[in-house]
Amino acid sequence: MTAALAPVPGRTKLAIRGVEMTFRGGDAEVRVLEGIDLDVREAEFVCILGPSGCGKSTLLNIVAGFLAPTAGTVRIDGEDVRGPDPRRIFVFQERGVFPWLTVEGNIGFGLGRLAKEERQRRIRHYVRLVGLEGFEKAYPHELSGGMKQRVEVARALAVDPDMLYLDEPFGALDSITRLEMRRELLRIWHAEKKTILFVTHDIEESVQLADRVVVLSARPARIRRIVEIDLPHPRDLSARRYLELRDGIFEEIGLAHKV
Amino acid sequence: MIPQPPAGNKGGRVNSAGLTDPETAVPRPLPVRRSRLIPFAGIALLLVLWDLAIRFGNVPLLPGPVAVARAIGELAYRGFLVKHLVASLFRVTWGYLLAVSVGVPFGILLALYRRGGLALAPLVEVVRPISALAWIPLAILWFGVGDLSSVFIIFIASVFPLAVAAMSAVEGVSSTHWNAGRNFGLSAGEIGRRVLLPAILPRLLVGLRLALGIAWLVVVAAEMIAVNSGLGFLIIDARNAGNRYDLVVAGMVLIGAIGLGLDFAMRRMEGLPALRWGYAGGAETP
Amino acid sequence: MKSRFRLESALLPAAAAAAIAALWWAAVVWTKTNVFPSPAAVARGIAELARKGLLLAYVRDSLLRVAAGYGAALAVGIPLGVILGWRPEAGRAANPVIQFLRPISPLAWIPVAIVLFGVNDGAAIFLIFLASLFPILVSAMNGVRGVPAMYRQAGANFGLAPGALLARVVFPAALPEILTGLRIALGVAWIVVVAAEMIAVNSGLGYLVIDSRNAGKRYDLVVAAMLLIGAIGLLLNILVQRVSRLRAVRWGFREEAS
Repeated sequence: MTAALAPVPGRTKLAIRGVEMTFRGGDAEVRVLEGIDLDVREAEFVCILGPSGCGKSTLLNIVAGFLAPTAGTVRIDGEDVRGPDPRRIFVFQERGVFPWLTVEGNIGFGLGRLAKEERQRRIRHYVRLVGLEGFEKAYPHELSGGMKQRVEVARALAVDPDMLYLDEPFGALDSITRLEMRRELLRIWHAEKKTILFVTHDIEESVQLADRVVVLSARPARIRRIVEIDLPHPRDLSARRYLELRDGIFEEIGLAHKV
Repeated sequence: MIPQPPAGNKGGRVNSAGLTDPETAVPRPLPVRRSRLIPFAGIALLLVLWDLAIRFGNVPLLPGPVAVARAIGELAYRGFLVKHLVASLFRVTWGYLLAVSVGVPFGILLALYRRGGLALAPLVEVVRPISALAWIPLAILWFGVGDLSSVFIIFIASVFPLAVAAMSAVEGVSSTHWNAGRNFGLSAGEIGRRVLLPAILPRLLVGLRLALGIAWLVVVAAEMIAVNSGLGFLIIDARNAGNRYDLVVAGMVLIGAIGLGLDFAMRRMEGLPALRWGYAGGAETP
Repeated sequence: MKSRFRLESALLPAAAAAAIAALWWAAVVWTKTNVFPSPAAVARGIAELARKGLLLAYVRDSLLRVAAGYGAALAVGIPLGVILGWRPEAGRAANPVIQFLRPISPLAWIPVAIVLFGVNDGAAIFLIFLASLFPILVSAMNGVRGVPAMYRQAGANFGLAPGALLARVVFPAALPEILTGLRIALGVAWIVVVAAEMIAVNSGLGYLVIDSRNAGKRYDLVVAAMLLIGAIGLLLNILVQRVSRLRAVRWGFREEAS
């Protein structure tokens, strides 16, 4: 298992150039992504924000190597992305957890090539990191949604990837658990310094988490704006700057402030 | 420690929070002791109706439950019970295991290789509705009259449902799991072993159980025609050789009991803890 | 891409069928068999049947028996299944009986059928009825039982009496599962009619299979009959699948997005 390259803040990790995606379904062609250019720096936390169905998940799948774009390139550390890679782990929603393996089994899934002791050590470390001590032998169907999500995150982290891709990972959770999970994620990010790409449709979430928010338009998706979030962590949700940035994005998307 | 679904919520769907959805839980209205008796009440009612129908109906030949019970005793006493049972089970086992070893890999391959699936699945759909018994003339032509023919018939009857079940199990594997397997850098063989096989196991087991039921139905029919031992043979022979309808119905009862037993055993396997994840949330399958 | 997919899904099976026919023909030639027919012989056999007017007559007879037995199973199985599903206690009483009777091959009922109906169509139809009854009954039971309490509560909330609740809420909600049972039952009915005809009557495709062999080792007709059985079975299956695509029930068969 190659150790993650020591992150050099500021260096370009991910370079997306001119990515376009067109799906051919039946006799119709659906243009999902248009002219996406984006650079992501090492150890950055970038949120991709857009309404449901706009193509943000498609973009993430392309970056992760599960889909090939109809045009454009994706380069990580200077190399073309040609397929999924254990150095960049995709965190699906809780459904990505393997239901036939226990918590331990899931977290240790990518660690097959390690010596048994090392594997056990890592599993224990990440079980503790995500707060699931005591549940090592439980099966996913015995766990709540939030716990399953944590298993998935632990599984991703256990193989020590350089990059994490998260596709609306907290979407199926209740709002209280969501707040907790965001805090957890930030804590882990500070501790492990991974480069993170996080897809969401939740404006508040993006401002709470990201260094930069990439706002996508509706389909066909283009980058409307990239917002720098210059707030320190931990972020005060009532601070004026937070509200400014949040409202700015609201306006960008064209939403009113009143319900 | 491990969150348990609230007691008394049987059979409900499990929602995304991992808990039994109270909306779909089946309520338990009766106290435990009384509700345990209900299944027996059904059988008892059936027996009573049967007995009355024979006594007061106008069917001179058909036996009542008591006569059938006596006939079973007679078979056991004369040693035929075991003999016929073993013969039928023997044929089922061979035919079924052969069908599993051919049909399941075939079905998996059909699902994995798109072109192969497109080419062959329609052909399987044409051969599948052909009753196994329609193969009897060919079976006799190729294998002669005897055990081999009836094993072949059972094989033919089970191999297509098994292939279809394996195919649909593979198609049912969520793409999320495939992708996760690829993401972790697993080779094709490893994905097959560590993702595909565990993921298809619950649905495959259901298919195996249903196919075993079909195999059991067919063994009885196959024996009526091609051999001279076994429960199917018993039924036909008892009638032909002397209108012993009590033996005929005794044979039917035994067939039902064994079929039930086989089904029950397979369901037990499906309930193993390592597999129970596949059923959290599904209604009972037929 | 869709048209390419369509092209492939038509061409590939045709190519596979042609390949199998070629292998078959080669096997017949290579083993120099006198008995087993070549593909051409089977085709000629079908033509002969058509010429004699037997083709349509036998197909019609088999289909009529299926219609009768299957129809009877529908008429009994759906109402009975709905009632058993609606009242869980009744369902639990009936369940062991059903589970016990189900594994008994319909053909094991032949002697009983013959006693009750004599050696004729009645016996064959009775067997088909028995065989189709169980999938329909079980799926109706399960379908009704599986209707979420949420739906029943909503219906009651709108002031529906039990009868209307059953007709307007429970039955439609259970329909997808019932349709699945209907499809399975039709497949079973088709298999059983062929088997029943081999034993109890003297017309129909199943009869043709047995009689062609017994009356003169006409294996070309045996195989011809088998292919016809397969083709019609496939058509019946497609028919029922079309029904499940109707918009009134399509909602129950939509795949979950993963």
